[in-house]
Amino acid sequence: MTEKITVALAGNPNVGKTSIFNAITGSKQHVGNWPGVTVERKIGKRVYNDVMMEIVDLPGTYSLTAYSLDEIIARDFIIEEKPDVVVQVIDATNLERNLYLTTQLMELGVRLVIALNMTDLALAKGDNIDEKKMQEFLEVPVVSTIGSKGNGIEGLLEAAIDELHKTRVTENVFTYDDQIEENVEKLRAVLESDPYFAHYPSRWFSLKLLEGDENIIKKAKESNSYSEIQKIMNQTDAEILEAKVADQRYKTIQTMLRQVCNINTSHLSGSDMVDRVVTNKVLGIPIFLSLMWAAFEVTFTFGTPFMNIIDIFFGWLAETATNVISVPWLASLVGEGMIAGVGSVIIFLPNILLLFFMISLMEDSGYMSRAAFIMDKVMSKFGLHGKSFIPLVMGFGCNVPAIMAARTIEDSRDRLITILVAPFISCGARLPVYILLAGAFFGRDAGVVIFGLYALGIMVAVLSAKLMRSTILKGEDTPFIMELPSYKLPTLKGSLIHMWERGKIYLKKAGTIILIGVVGVWLLASIPAPGSNGTFASEEVYGTTKSVIGMIGQVLEPLVAPLGFDWKIAVALVFGVVAKEIVVGSMGVLYGVGEDEESLSNILAAGAMTPLAALGLMVFTLLYVPCFACIGVIKRETGSWKWTLFQLIYGTSLAWGFAFVIYQGGTRMGLLA
Amino acid sequence: MLGIPTKSKHTKGHNMNEKTLDFIEPETSVKVLKVTGQKSSRKRILDMGLTPGTRVDVIRRAPLGDPVEFKLKGYNLSLRKREAETVLVEVLK
Ligand SMILES: Nc1nc2c(ncn2[C@@H]2O[C@H](COP(=O)(O)OP(=O)(O)OP(=O)(O)O)[C@@H](O)[C@H]2O)c(=O)[nH]1
Repeated sequence: MTEKITVALAGNPNVGKTSIFNAITGSKQHVGNWPGVTVERKIGKRVYNDVMMEIVDLPGTYSLTAYSLDEIIARDFIIEEKPDVVVQVIDATNLERNLYLTTQLMELGVRLVIALNMTDLALAKGDNIDEKKMQEFLEVPVVSTIGSKGNGIEGLLEAAIDELHKTRVTENVFTYDDQIEENVEKLRAVLESDPYFAHYPSRWFSLKLLEGDENIIKKAKESNSYSEIQKIMNQTDAEILEAKVADQRYKTIQTMLRQVCNINTSHLSGSDMVDRVVTNKVLGIPIFLSLMWAAFEVTFTFGTPFMNIIDIFFGWLAETATNVISVPWLASLVGEGMIAGVGSVIIFLPNILLLFFMISLMEDSGYMSRAAFIMDKVMSKFGLHGKSFIPLVMGFGCNVPAIMAARTIEDSRDRLITILVAPFISCGARLPVYILLAGAFFGRDAGVVIFGLYALGIMVAVLSAKLMRSTILKGEDTPFIMELPSYKLPTLKGSLIHMWERGKIYLKKAGTIILIGVVGVWLLASIPAPGSNGTFASEEVYGTTKSVIGMIGQVLEPLVAPLGFDWKIAVALVFGVVAKEIVVGSMGVLYGVGEDEESLSNILAAGAMTPLAALGLMVFTLLYVPCFACIGVIKRETGSWKWTLFQLIYGTSLAWGFAFVIYQGGTRMGLLA
Repeated sequence: MLGIPTKSKHTKGHNMNEKTLDFIEPETSVKVLKVTGQKSSRKRILDMGLTPGTRVDVIRRAPLGDPVEFKLKGYNLSLRKREAETVLVEVLK
């Protein structure tokens, strides 16, 4: 019989936790979310020496206070789920701050094993760490590892299993000053007499209560002893206490460090030298913009040939299917509905993979936090974090990977706002619509009009962010306290794994809802409208007045009439939800000119709509409901239909408002007549 | 007082060198005296190692002037001026 155990992987951000996790579990991992929240949760399996280990990757945290959602998740997992062993990954080049988390894990009384990672870098830097002494001092097993090369993993697993079989968990205790200790003892007495608290380590719980930890107080409030607890809590000043506690932990760490290692602090590190250039007053911004440009080029230029191949392939597949299947409606469902639908999902895959490859290079090398450092001043003006810049810029290529890129933002509110405003950045798929309409109506000024649309998108995005920050997502501003980790050479394997993880999530989760949406629109376009005597999915019905969608278009007409749009435009906009560039194609079909864009622009310019209505239509296309792929990832990334719907309604209202002002206002003032 | 933001623009006091961290020019070293400010950010700043007595080197300002980069306990940290303002320090000579 194999034994089954749970091992939690804890550690500060950027210490190589993901590398260690990948080295332990290989490909046997599952990425999901923590219950109820959208913080990523990775679980992997590994059998070692007949022990079946389930490895749970906790979010990277500096501490275990209730400061951020990540910390609460990590802490709650440890105190509520009680993993058999906790492995803390430590960056050997940054011991002092990393050990701060260690002191907290030790106070939690968990079975702890330390993976002393990045030992190669510590050695290169000239640090000398005596693991044996460290182990003696902490009374916790210490195993050195090199996560990026997978060195030391077996030793780590062995130590974890050994730790499990030790009969006694060492009661690791730090002593604080007498007054704190006195109150801790009083609280402990209360907690230990109440079975409600039997589940929690009493000393740790008492300290957290005294520190005024809201999350812990909330738990305590549910017990019967709360009034008694409160009395003791009131005797201490939480502010003074927390400073003393932090101070004491760091003092203990310093005492230990003096004994176990010899750290070379004298010279300027390579990382500092790189930063002198990269975050330089003069060069910092140009370097940042060039890197952004490079990432953008790689993502969208390199992506294009692949997208074309995918496009051609699915076009061919749809055609073949339509030819092979003899039942016309089935042929249409498979060809125009399902295959085209799957194609519209897969077509973004090259962009997503390339963008995430670039992002993971930037994250793993340590540049991402420099980018946030450089851009923060600008972003903070709109109530956003420096890290929101990259997702927004990527939106110019495609909003789908942009929304997914918001994962790099730690604060959940900043992330949510970034996701909600990212669809306003004008993506590549809207360009065909602009080119057609601006070309038909504005001739030589088309360039100015298109530039104006891009500028409008940016303005709507940042002003909406500001608006949300000061209304529905109000609250204490998130403090900006960010580590600038030392630069590291990213590994190809690490970046590839990261890239594939993202791609898989996109295909799996977003894929389902996009497919449903696409097939839904196909059905609406194929089902004959009641009263019309067309056949289901016949050419004569598909997307015309004889179909349900045509009927919907006519129902919608009064709504869009004030914008100068007729029912054909309304239908084109419904189709545009599948993918925005379809607006053009479906207008071609509806105006009876097929896919020929030149005759379409001739018809339009000849009086099918006014220039003001055309301008309004371009603005409407920019701001209204994003495409299904976008809706899919918004749902996936916010984890909430409420926020997804909010985005759709907010965007569409803005679109309507802008188009209304342009058409009605412009007509009244006699503009562009 | 607990939970109430205490904005201390300390430039006076017994010690002429006592300032808030946002006032310190790059390439200066300081010693932390006290962290004030709102509870959650105060706690985080302490957790990151800005405990009283810690030596902090001010490295540089971002190209646009804010945030500011510091070095302490062998690693680099950046704070917006708004957060730096809550850290009371003494300039080291
Ligand atoms: N030289 C060296 N590099 C390492 C080691 N372990 C990890 N790295 C590199 O450090 C970088 C960050 O590693 P990750 O595994 O992504 O770190 P993490 O802790 O998961 O980081 P976050 O996901 O940002 O919290 C990558 O470029 C790794 O290749 C190591 O032992 N030595």
